[in-house]
Amino acid sequence: MTLSVDISHRLGDFAIDANFESAGRLTALFGPSGSGKSTLINVIAGLIRPQKGRIAVDGRVLVDTAAGIFVPMHRRRIGMVFQDARLFPHMSVAGNLRYGRWFTPVAERYASMDAVVELLGIGPLLDRRPTKLSGGEKQRVAIGRALLASPKLLLMDEPLASLDEARKAEILPYIERLRDQTKIPIAYVSHSVAEVARLASDVAVLSQGKIAAFGPTEAIMQRLDLLPAEERGEGGAVLDTRVLRHDEAFGMTVLGSPAGEIRVPRVSRPAGALVRLRIRARDVMIATEQPSGLSALNILPGKIAAVRPGVGPTVEIAIDCNGATVLARVTEQSKQSLRLALGREVFAVIKTVSFDSATTGAGLPVEADG
Amino acid sequence: MNWLLDLTPDEWNAVRLSIKVATVAMIASLPPGILIALVLARGRFWGKTLLNGLVHLPLILPPVVTGYLLLLTFGRRGPAGAFLAEHFGIVFSFRWTGAALACGVMGFPLMVRAIRLSIEAVDRKMEAAAGTLGANPVWVFATITLPLILPGLIAGAILSFAKAMGEFGATITFVSNIPNETQTLPSAIYTFTQVPGGDPGALRLTLISIVISMVALVASEVLARRVGQRMDIE
Repeated sequence: MTLSVDISHRLGDFAIDANFESAGRLTALFGPSGSGKSTLINVIAGLIRPQKGRIAVDGRVLVDTAAGIFVPMHRRRIGMVFQDARLFPHMSVAGNLRYGRWFTPVAERYASMDAVVELLGIGPLLDRRPTKLSGGEKQRVAIGRALLASPKLLLMDEPLASLDEARKAEILPYIERLRDQTKIPIAYVSHSVAEVARLASDVAVLSQGKIAAFGPTEAIMQRLDLLPAEERGEGGAVLDTRVLRHDEAFGMTVLGSPAGEIRVPRVSRPAGALVRLRIRARDVMIATEQPSGLSALNILPGKIAAVRPGVGPTVEIAIDCNGATVLARVTEQSKQSLRLALGREVFAVIKTVSFDSATTGAGLPVEADG
Repeated sequence: MNWLLDLTPDEWNAVRLSIKVATVAMIASLPPGILIALVLARGRFWGKTLLNGLVHLPLILPPVVTGYLLLLTFGRRGPAGAFLAEHFGIVFSFRWTGAALACGVMGFPLMVRAIRLSIEAVDRKMEAAAGTLGANPVWVFATITLPLILPGLIAGAILSFAKAMGEFGATITFVSNIPNETQTLPSAIYTFTQVPGGDPGALRLTLISIVISMVALVASEVLARRVGQRMDIE
């Protein structure tokens, strides 16, 4: 599936001018509030008619202002999950779920009620009224409702933004399941590095209405300059790792990666499970010799692959650890006194306790495996 | 107590006629009432203020004036009246249908106001959500907007019914006061007060009028509450 967008739209003082093409499983539209990501997703959904441009999903043209094409939203077959769920108050949960299904031509219905209910764990909620649901439950029902319309593309507009941390942790595994177990491509709007790093395969970074960068998540998350100022500390390397074993005595999990074994606080995933690990650049120290007598448990040998000036008096150093890139954010002073330069052999040092549920993508520590 | 329930046939007819006229006026007003309320709540067009004024005219004009205007327009020789009689066989003048028309017109602004307010209170984001699920605008209206404004519809309908039960000036001007045809409760009460010894009859019909209005009001309250509970609107 490819989503190709090339639109420009002006709303008062704000102008959006976006051009990207994504074939990813889950494409994140990422940027600070006011960057135009919600406007962009509303344009794709058909809620806003762009003044100029073209939108196509898998070659099917939805908008082409030059050719006078504008497919109205109800004929786009694009599912939308809103930040505020927007469940219909006059219908039960089951009624909400069935709503979109009814408007889908029988031949094009691929989503089954049972499968969606099972996927999202909403079986016990079916007879309830939307107002009797918690925020997290509402959002799961909203996702199910969109899925049951058998969309060709699923848009999610900050679906977690209005939820507290515990509710976010409750829903994230379901979105991961959605990404991994269904074939529907997803475009996901978010301003959170934690969500994007965990969920996205590709990221389009929006800034003041323009696409500032587009690329695979691993590459974008290392470009700290692209991240919103308040989220910059969250940026860093994103590694796909596997659970090797659990160290129950010390409450730790050992993850295997090309860079070597990485010890993190216990994650509730079985051995062999994939864990997408985010290593914050600010959490990585650099040693020029093999350190000894150090409490940090993760010492990864590697070679400096890039040195970039960072934001403020910092330097970003990318370390190639056997094919996996780990990003470190250090001061200019450290760079000079340690003579950190391209090609130098160094060790990346990361404390186990610097990882948390937001970076190991494993939900809350107390939560049972979902 | 017997004198209270012992109605003459003419009195019974007035009661029956009033209920019939008010019910028909209410039901016939609903479709145009919803349409006009929708246009006033959602539409953006030149002349909206004018339309709004026109709809409210029966509320501010003396009822006699409204009745006279109806007589001029829908009377046998009026432009609309002649056309309808000729092509559809619908005659308003001096018929109970004319009483229903007069009552409907008089209650129309009340109905439109109630429905318009409830349409303006509908969260349009819900309608957008339905649109992304594949519902075209007509279906969105039928399955989302209409159920959400149901309490307003009920309130508007009851207001229209109550107004019709009490309408006097426009009705008597337009279709006169003919027993068994256009003599509704208010007209019948008025007639009683004009003849010697008519007081017991006037009182009977007055009490009946009060009872019908109260029943309608209570019924609407119960209905609206049940709808509200079903929807769980916070």
